[in-house]
Amino acid sequence: MTLKLDARTPSGPIEQKWSLSKFEMKLVNPANKRKYKVIVVGSGLAGGAAAATLAELGYDVACFCFQDSPRRAHSIAAQGGINAAKNYQNDGDSVHRLFYDTVKGGDFRARESNVHRLAEVSVDIIDQCAAMGVPFAREYGGTLANRSFGGAQVSRTFYARGQTGQQLLLGVYAALARQIGAGNVVMFPRTELLDVVVDPASGRASGIVVRDLITGTITSHAAHAVILATGGYGNAFYLSTNAKGCNVTATYRAYKRGAGFANPCFTQIHPTCIPVSGDYQSKLTLMSESLRNDGRVWVPRSAADVARHPDQIADDARDYYLERKYPSFGNLSPRDIASRAAKEQCDEGRGVGPGGRGVYLDFSDAIQRDGEDRVRDKYGNLFDMYERITGENPYRVPMRIYPAVHYTMGGLWVDYQLQTTVPGLFCLGEANFSDHGANRLGASALMQGLADGYFIIPYTLGNYLAGVPARELASATGAAFKDAEAGVTARLDKLLAVRGKRSVDSFHKELGHLLWENCGMARSRASLTDALAKIPVLREEFWRNVTVLGGSDSFNQTLEKAGRVADFLEFAELMCQDALVREESCGGHFRVEHQVDGEAKRDDERFCHAAVWEYAGDDKAPVRNIEPLTFENVKLATRSYK
Amino acid sequence: MSAEHRTLSLKLHIWRQPDRASPGKLVTYRLAGVSTHASFLEMLDLLNEQLITNGEEPVAFDHDCREGICGMCSLMINGRPHGGKRATTTCQLHMRFFRDGDEIWIEPWRAQAFPVIKDLCVDRSAFDRVIAAGGFVTANTGSAPDANDVLVAKDDAERAMDAAACIGCGACVAACPNGSAMLFVAAKLAHLHRLPQGQPERAHRTRAMVTAMDAAGFGNCSNHYECEAACPKDISRDVIALLNRDYARAALVSRDRDDKPQGSG
Repeated sequence: MTLKLDARTPSGPIEQKWSLSKFEMKLVNPANKRKYKVIVVGSGLAGGAAAATLAELGYDVACFCFQDSPRRAHSIAAQGGINAAKNYQNDGDSVHRLFYDTVKGGDFRARESNVHRLAEVSVDIIDQCAAMGVPFAREYGGTLANRSFGGAQVSRTFYARGQTGQQLLLGVYAALARQIGAGNVVMFPRTELLDVVVDPASGRASGIVVRDLITGTITSHAAHAVILATGGYGNAFYLSTNAKGCNVTATYRAYKRGAGFANPCFTQIHPTCIPVSGDYQSKLTLMSESLRNDGRVWVPRSAADVARHPDQIADDARDYYLERKYPSFGNLSPRDIASRAAKEQCDEGRGVGPGGRGVYLDFSDAIQRDGEDRVRDKYGNLFDMYERITGENPYRVPMRIYPAVHYTMGGLWVDYQLQTTVPGLFCLGEANFSDHGANRLGASALMQGLADGYFIIPYTLGNYLAGVPARELASATGAAFKDAEAGVTARLDKLLAVRGKRSVDSFHKELGHLLWENCGMARSRASLTDALAKIPVLREEFWRNVTVLGGSDSFNQTLEKAGRVADFLEFAELMCQDALVREESCGGHFRVEHQVDGEAKRDDERFCHAAVWEYAGDDKAPVRNIEPLTFENVKLATRSYK
Repeated sequence: MSAEHRTLSLKLHIWRQPDRASPGKLVTYRLAGVSTHASFLEMLDLLNEQLITNGEEPVAFDHDCREGICGMCSLMINGRPHGGKRATTTCQLHMRFFRDGDEIWIEPWRAQAFPVIKDLCVDRSAFDRVIAAGGFVTANTGSAPDANDVLVAKDDAERAMDAAACIGCGACVAACPNGSAMLFVAAKLAHLHRLPQGQPERAHRTRAMVTAMDAAGFGNCSNHYECEAACPKDISRDVIALLNRDYARAALVSRDRDDKPQGSG
């Protein structure tokens, strides 16, 4: 069996695809919309915006999140900003340039039509957010301010101090809260998706099975369409910048129910995070990429100087390696490139701080040029956060930073309509694969989440529902739901019954370490083969030796975590398999066998496609399908930021 | 990381309560080998690992981003919300501020409107109900003018942002002797009322949110300002004065026209 991968890319020139397809899409009459029940899982920028907007349109919406309030979704942690092709700075930006930068930044592994649409709607996002009272940074005249982010030579990033994600999410949350208050959305906080239900007769997604995290009750919810906006899987690595609760369960369960999973090996390692300090560490903290507007990255020129205080190292004894290697983009080189460069310096023995795993991010030139107050104005909260964690004052001593897992470009495969390979099952935001190729540019995740939720799914969902009779709502007490519930319950019971000796966290840490070493910033045939041999062994031990105390009929955080780690233990294998088969380097996927002078060497002959994995059964190898990618508007070329 | 690395032995008194209906009590645990570089929550992780090894149920506590922005973490630490360090959430509180041999009392938020779910976790859905009553600008997707058509003075945007920084953690309520949510509600009103976009619904929003706040079981404000001292985002009590002014002014505005239900598409 092979997946049918019809991207449903509209015809016509790229600039007209979205406007023409909007006209061609079928509509649901306003009076009929309320007869359609829509489930949205996740309440971040993508899910929250979708739930609010669909409710405004009149659909009957139910929204689910595992946090205690939709306001806490992980979008909230995004710091630096959101891109939009407004060209308010008159510096040469345009929809086409944002499109071009994103395709190039993604190292030619994204679908052109989707990316162009993203660039088009980016301008509407800023308008919408401003109208909802998002307190964006302003110039003295009252217009919106911008700054620059990596991989771009224009200033197109809108921001709200270092809390842009928070402010955008609070805007989404406010819109969602309005619909909850009006009775148009039923919100289920502290509720986790544990399975997706597909109607066996029609093959359509017909609902979900969830667990109430407070009472432990398992319930089924039927709908005409299910939208997953459940974020990325960076926590497979245990240590990442993701919130502790972020997990792959929703998308992985959907994969096991027939949704293709695309490019799982495309993971982003962010160059500027606070370095790891000890084995008790539970997460890594990002220092926004916006800091690279003013901070200069360097290491000592000589390995002999690494232990000296940075003040004692003269300017000509420092290696500003990003400025040296990539003169035209310098400190604003894209994330994958900046991360690998940092690793390279540390591998050469020139890293600073404990274990030699760090590089300096130095603001002394900016402070000298603009004054400490101006720097505080732009980055004050980030500097404070750095000092709280490290006990060091970055106004006086350069920050020490190191790359960390941050974002996952891979995700459920979706067509132009954001529908997965399962009809009626849609996927938005970080959870899908469509827009960022093999590397995401800074300030583009917020853009994609809101584009998908506010401006794309409201059209494409209507187009789908117009072909589904409203009376064809599955019964949540039907056999398909009962089977799924039984499966969910059995799995929880199985986790509780192991009663072994090792904690869930100890397995998660071991898996994370294995992935970081073997499928992290650099991957090789040997490292991936090694991981693929070890993961099943670890998984087998997990099911034999994990200990989960308490029961399933009450609030049990260990049980929640155990289910998520069990899914990571399966998913990790898929990631490594994907990385092994993709015998090229592109974006964040760096195969050491494929490089030219330390830069990624793509193989467009063999790998100019999305790899879409199809579940074939627990004891069978998954099937690798491909969606060929064609580049008609941005010429396939070797990326250069030199 | 720069500071000298030490390990601590601690005596912890932690509130354990199986569920909302059952009574709870403080239970004492000893924990050794805590790195001064660890965060407070990582110290609790370590305790939980120890409990699991001993076959005891781990302590339930809320947390998620662990970088001070999601507002999920809470905890009364030695009687102070988030431990009492200025502008710091529990997840960003580091163990270097504690000494070897310290005794630490750890309790959930204490407020009538925030019932305990289990151990250190409380139900803060009352905050969501207050926001749903009016903490928004009515602007359906797609109906916005160009963002630069509405100019916002830089200072207004900055002051709106000061108030919008609220993470909804509930420390203000936990700190208040009356269990009042005035700082939380006032921060949202100040965020929206310092911007031009917030003006059309100003009177209705103020009334609706104050009414919802009262209905949720929060106490009244009697100007202790413990909320300001506890706020991990440094939100100023000035927003409360603005709320009081707005509330007085809203009383003068006709209720008939603008108190209709919100949110209809």
